Amino acid sequence: MTDPLESAQAIQHSGPNAEPRRRRSWIRRYIFTTDHRTIGIQYLLLALIAVIIGASLSLLMRLHLAWPDLPMPFWGVMKPEDYLALVTMHGTLMVFFVLTTAPQSGFANLVLPEQIGSRQMALPLLNAASFWLTVLSLLVLVSAFFMPGGAPISGWTSYPPLSAIAASGPGQALGMDIWLVSIGIFCIASTLASVNMLTTIVAERCEGMTLDRMPLTVWSWLVASMITVLVFSVLFAAAVLLLCDRHLGTAFFVPMGDLVNGQIVGHGDGTPLLWLHLFWFFGHPEVYIAILPGMGITSSLLANFSRRPALGYRLMALTTVLIGLLGFLVWGHHMFVSGMNPYAGTAFALTTMAIAVPSTAKVLSWIGTIWGGNLRLTTPMLFSLGFLSLFIAGGVTGPLLALPILDAYLHNTFFVVAHFHLIMAMAAIFSVFAGVYYWFPLMAGRQLHEGWGKVHFWLTFIAAYSTFFPMHLAGLAGEPRHYSQLSGGAASMAALIPLQRYISISAIVLVAAQLIFLTNLIWSVWHGKLSPANPWQATTLEWSTASDGQPIVLRGPYDYGVHPGQSDFLPQDALEPNPE
Amino acid sequence: MPVTFTRTPVDTERKHTGIGGKPPASRRPTGGGGDGDNWDGQRGRKGPRQLLTRWRLGVFFALIGDMMFFVAIVSSFFVSQAGGHFDPRTHNYISTWRPVSVPSILWLNTAVLVLSSLTMEMARRQLFREIDVMEEWLGMGRPALRRATPWLIATALLGGIFLFGQWLAWEQMWTDKVLLASDPARYFFYLITGFHGAHLIAGIIALLGALASLSLLRRVEYRQIVVDCTAWYWHCMGVFWLFLFALLVSAQ
Repeated sequence: MTDPLESAQAIQHSGPNAEPRRRRSWIRRYIFTTDHRTIGIQYLLLALIAVIIGASLSLLMRLHLAWPDLPMPFWGVMKPEDYLALVTMHGTLMVFFVLTTAPQSGFANLVLPEQIGSRQMALPLLNAASFWLTVLSLLVLVSAFFMPGGAPISGWTSYPPLSAIAASGPGQALGMDIWLVSIGIFCIASTLASVNMLTTIVAERCEGMTLDRMPLTVWSWLVASMITVLVFSVLFAAAVLLLCDRHLGTAFFVPMGDLVNGQIVGHGDGTPLLWLHLFWFFGHPEVYIAILPGMGITSSLLANFSRRPALGYRLMALTTVLIGLLGFLVWGHHMFVSGMNPYAGTAFALTTMAIAVPSTAKVLSWIGTIWGGNLRLTTPMLFSLGFLSLFIAGGVTGPLLALPILDAYLHNTFFVVAHFHLIMAMAAIFSVFAGVYYWFPLMAGRQLHEGWGKVHFWLTFIAAYSTFFPMHLAGLAGEPRHYSQLSGGAASMAALIPLQRYISISAIVLVAAQLIFLTNLIWSVWHGKLSPANPWQATTLEWSTASDGQPIVLRGPYDYGVHPGQSDFLPQDALEPNPE
Repeated sequence: MPVTFTRTPVDTERKHTGIGGKPPASRRPTGGGGDGDNWDGQRGRKGPRQLLTRWRLGVFFALIGDMMFFVAIVSSFFVSQAGGHFDPRTHNYISTWRPVSVPSILWLNTAVLVLSSLTMEMARRQLFREIDVMEEWLGMGRPALRRATPWLIATALLGGIFLFGQWLAWEQMWTDKVLLASDPARYFFYLITGFHGAHLIAGIIALLGALASLSLLRRVEYRQIVVDCTAWYWHCMGVFWLFLFALLVSAQ
């Protein structure tokens, strides 16, 4: 495979005035590059590193929950605050550095310009800058572990007063400041990345690529980027206000007369609810940033591997936009038990139910697409079907939790942990796996090994359900989340320890199954089967085999199986087949 | 090719409509040619105008994000204004919010900032005078540089005066012992003026960059882009300030 950057340069400098250009150094080509494909791979590698750290932390948590007295590497016998630090860092790494970067920035950089028929991103330098800011943010975050007092303990949501008062926990002094700085950098990085993405989608589409011919992946990146631009600055503002509370003596978030360690720390009329509002105004749209690209990938892949057009293309684009819009109106459902006005709770319950409508429309369209289709059960297809299954399984508990009265019981239990791990963690990760298996030929020119891919899928699929489904039962039995152990004083919970041990063993299997994926990945970079130009017989432009020049788009993105007797797919830029 | 520098894109081909007034899908606008700015393609809208459009869009989206930052701060303002606590001795719900009386110098500062937006717009327009652009493009001199420089310097100076005026307002408040940590209304006064001031410092740095770029950048369209984007940022900060100032005045 030719180096994409070199070929891009060759195209740019082939005019009569082209000077012979020095080959760029290795560092300029692969490290500090502005080539969008390389940046996409870099984002995916960053997410891979973050997911390895995050999954290791979750393994430590699972081991501690099941066997509280077992000494851990680095930690020894874990104290409750150590456990909370693990919860915080696991959540922050996974939500920000895996679920936000991989589906949104990773895959979009890899294929978005080609999918809309462009050679490059609109603002390549900005794109590279935002990637390196993301790297900086990750480094700052991980450094929190090595601060005196360790990592912060207030969870990825960092509720005050715990996060506002340095004396409230071991990691809440320097560790918390580091966390806030890292998140601030991440906000800037992802906003800049989305500015580039939006500009690219608006201004860089090729001839004929009208809005109603954009692949659904592009629609989902468009909506996710809009959400990013609108919400990350709100999180940034919240982080700045919290830093003011911590260091400048203001009291935005700490109520009057608040007691920490027996000392009165509250001196103003602050309210933690303000933080909750600001945070969840960001936090809920954030989960759509994580899942919308997965939905787009699923739509594309299900159509491809069913060899049928995506059912209701316009409806799917519309529901993507609707989910993005409604996502701004539902943040209060995270706050039913926070002391918010109950009438507001009712309103947020209604909007949350409303968002189930476009989500259900999407599920129906996916099922309709594969119904009676000529399914090709390749590994990316299996992962897309896995996404569908997990999205339904995790999604049905959403409307349950949207009921304030049920949420009052379930909110602080493992039931919620089960819900968001199935829908946000597992479903989103399955779409990332689908994307990696599908687009790997564009990264390495080779295909991932199919057989091991299928083994990876089945182990991951079974272990994912086996890990997260029983958490519903633990939650219904009343087991609280964020508790570091069930033995000791809480004897009523001791009956749940066997269940937690089962979950822990499943989690170990789940993580172990990923070693197959890692091995497959590394092996296939050098030894995988060489990929043909369009290995999945796809219609979208990133697989276009046209030699050079600008593509002209002539039709919609999912022209599969509609021309009986001829080739069963028509790429977006292919000329009409001969009627004979 | 110089037509592409003009303010209205000359694009007659797109005016064709199909039967029934709606252009065929292949003719409907897509926003760009996807070709970067290589003028080698034969189709679509290309050239420097596209690069300018792209940067304007980028600045537009970034400013939307920035606007949400201020929206978050202003929302917190209203939440804090309505906040309070329960006093156990009197059994009353009382608030510590004491409105800040806005220093009168802020009115003057506001006028200065509005004026600076006008000078900025004058500077921006100098870069898009068709005759000058043509001359610069043909390499016959730098008329736009000569015309725009004084306006840019004036804008930067007015911006500096505004910031100095804001600083005077802060000093006046300090001498009156009105400090940041005294009560919620003060936090917000300092935060709002402070954040806006920080944005203006960035704006002045951008202005100085634009000044330097007028003589340093080789291509006229790059010079246009730098000045144009700086101008939109500057105008936007002016509009933000009008809203923020209205908020401070109405809450006093």
